[in-house]
Amino acid sequence: MEKSKTYLGVEIKRPRTAFFELSSCEGCQLQILNKEASLLNFLDLLEIVNFREAMSNGSDDYEIAFVEGSVTRADEEERLLKIRKQATTLVALGSCACFGGVNQLKNRFHDLEWVKNEVYGGHPIETQEVRPLSDFVIVDLSIYGCPIKKEEVEEIVTNLVLGKSIDHPRYPVCMECTANGNICLFNLGEPCLGPVTRAGCDAWCPNNRMGCWGCRGPSDEANFSQLQEIMDSHNIPRQAMLDRLECFGGFSSAIREMEK
Amino acid sequence: MGESISCDININHLTRVEGHGNIRIRIKNGKVENASWDVVETPRFFEAILVGKHWENAPILCGRICGICSIGHTLASIRAVENAFAMVPSLQTQRLRLLLKHMETLQSHILHLYFLVAPDFLGTDSVLELIKPHGDEVQRAARLKLLANDGGDLIGGRRLHPTRTVVGGFTMLPDRIKLATLRQRLHAALADLNKTAELFGSFAIPDFTRETEFVSLKSDGNYPFIGGQLVSSDGVLREEEEYLTMSNEYMVSHSTSKWSKLSRPSLAVGALARINNNFASLHPHAQDIANNLGLHPVSHNPFMNNVAQLVECVHVVQDSISLIDELLGSEWQEPRQTVTPRAGAGTGAVEVPRGILYHWYQFDKDGRITRADCVIPTSQNNANIHYDIIALAQKLAAQGKDDQEIRLLAEMLVRSYDPCISCSVH
Ligand code: SF4
Ligand code: SF4
Repeated sequence: MEKSKTYLGVEIKRPRTAFFELSSCEGCQLQILNKEASLLNFLDLLEIVNFREAMSNGSDDYEIAFVEGSVTRADEEERLLKIRKQATTLVALGSCACFGGVNQLKNRFHDLEWVKNEVYGGHPIETQEVRPLSDFVIVDLSIYGCPIKKEEVEEIVTNLVLGKSIDHPRYPVCMECTANGNICLFNLGEPCLGPVTRAGCDAWCPNNRMGCWGCRGPSDEANFSQLQEIMDSHNIPRQAMLDRLECFGGFSSAIREMEK
Repeated sequence: MGESISCDININHLTRVEGHGNIRIRIKNGKVENASWDVVETPRFFEAILVGKHWENAPILCGRICGICSIGHTLASIRAVENAFAMVPSLQTQRLRLLLKHMETLQSHILHLYFLVAPDFLGTDSVLELIKPHGDEVQRAARLKLLANDGGDLIGGRRLHPTRTVVGGFTMLPDRIKLATLRQRLHAALADLNKTAELFGSFAIPDFTRETEFVSLKSDGNYPFIGGQLVSSDGVLREEEEYLTMSNEYMVSHSTSKWSKLSRPSLAVGALARINNNFASLHPHAQDIANNLGLHPVSHNPFMNNVAQLVECVHVVQDSISLIDELLGSEWQEPRQTVTPRAGAGTGAVEVPRGILYHWYQFDKDGRITRADCVIPTSQNNANIHYDIIALAQKLAAQGKDDQEIRLLAEMLVRSYDPCISCSVH
């Protein structure tokens, strides 16, 4: 690896970086290891000191911490607080970390005892209501997606290392989908949350003829009444829309608003 | 050698595996006082999460059980829904699904062999340290992984949490020219796999055996991956929907993951189990590699699972080439059948990289899930890993091995199973 890198003639330093996972499928960390063609260059930007899935002997001396997964147990809360104390920059990696992800769907039962019993039949198992990182600590940066999109991660991490500001798209996935020249999925009879979901994935699902499930959470000023109108005009049942809106946790306040 | 050793090994959150598990070994004066494999991962309660959800949600949600084998979970989920609704996928859909499945098997096995296992045999901490001294190997691993991932993108729309796979078929079909290019790349990859076999042939696979029962899907002439009968090396034969009598999950204290047993206190699933049960239906090239690397069924050495994964890589690449030939040899049919939900239940059994995976759902007449069950390969392996650790500790204690060596071998033993712990707890 190169000893020193420069940007506009100024030397830049590879930040000491750690990866952690709370309750998750570890898919976002796996995405970090994907995109093999640029993987080595990407890794060269960082000095990775802790990545349990890929290396032994991790160190607890780091500046940037990427945390994947949501908080579902007291020990995860503790680990997260410890990570926050150490890290200068704490990054929420993926929808589980940002919004609770699919894990938070268990919260809709309100009765944790029923949930535990359904899966473990009375065997004592500890769990708590699923929460995103921001319910416990200050999150400096969010990387959305389930899974995260590696292209976007590369860009964000490069900006982070260079000390440049990071701006998420404010517009919805619908714009990216249209720009890609796709046929609108509503015209194919398929529900889609593209009109209200934050862009940045380049319309990953609609490009593959799958309606958006809203994994990146709401775009700025998402218009839910208009989404409802589009759904109604295409005879898509309200339940199909709610299923999608509640899937990854990003729309929980919007759903509460709609249910009023 | 022979001296009475004492040691107290506590490995919290074993590295280079997916998820959180601990190894404990306590030896006093050459006697193993305690040895265990404890899964401490947080459960996410997927079976409860599914209750009340419309059938369409099942594959999307269940794919998120695991990042590494999301394709397998998605396909098992789809199969369970289709079986419940008495739908039979078209031949084209079956071929495409199998091809997609192969891409996942290849990517997962390569990731495991090069990134997680090879550092142990080459005496390094992580694959990152291999970049300079073993540049060729790292390049080769990246090439193979990229190929598998590109194949996943092409068929499934996305390598991880696929976007094109739906109940009834696919939302979209792959580009035929790209499929032909994939075929060429697969063909070229065979040389990389032969090289990988040379590399693993140079490793000293630890000599350790403990007899156990191997469970997998049963060959119908083809090496099995999606659906069909269930078989065990102790002679148990079951239909797919009778999976509960094959998996027999139960809970133990100090593990958030369930355990399984069949005819013995534990059973094993995974590449070694598949090969032990279905050696004859492997592609001849894969059989050759197995023979060269000393993998002869029935092998009871758990470390041989690494070799078994490599053998499977060769098989899936060869089989993918044939599948693409078949796909390109016929015109595209409709990608997707319409779905008519009905009340009932269905099972989907799929061989994912780490072993046999079952999804089972029960639906009401509107196609909403009323109950769900997912039985994960690693949870079926947990008891076996646990008993292996005890047996390994006993053997090494008797040989008077030191702490360091016991520690490393115990870690390598668990890694050889390629446990997917978040998945096992789900
Ligand atoms: S956000 Fe999605 S892909 Fe990432 S860890 Fe969570 S479930 Fe897995
Ligand atoms: S299209 Fe929607 S669901 Fe798909 S990746 Fe983008 S934001 Fe997520």
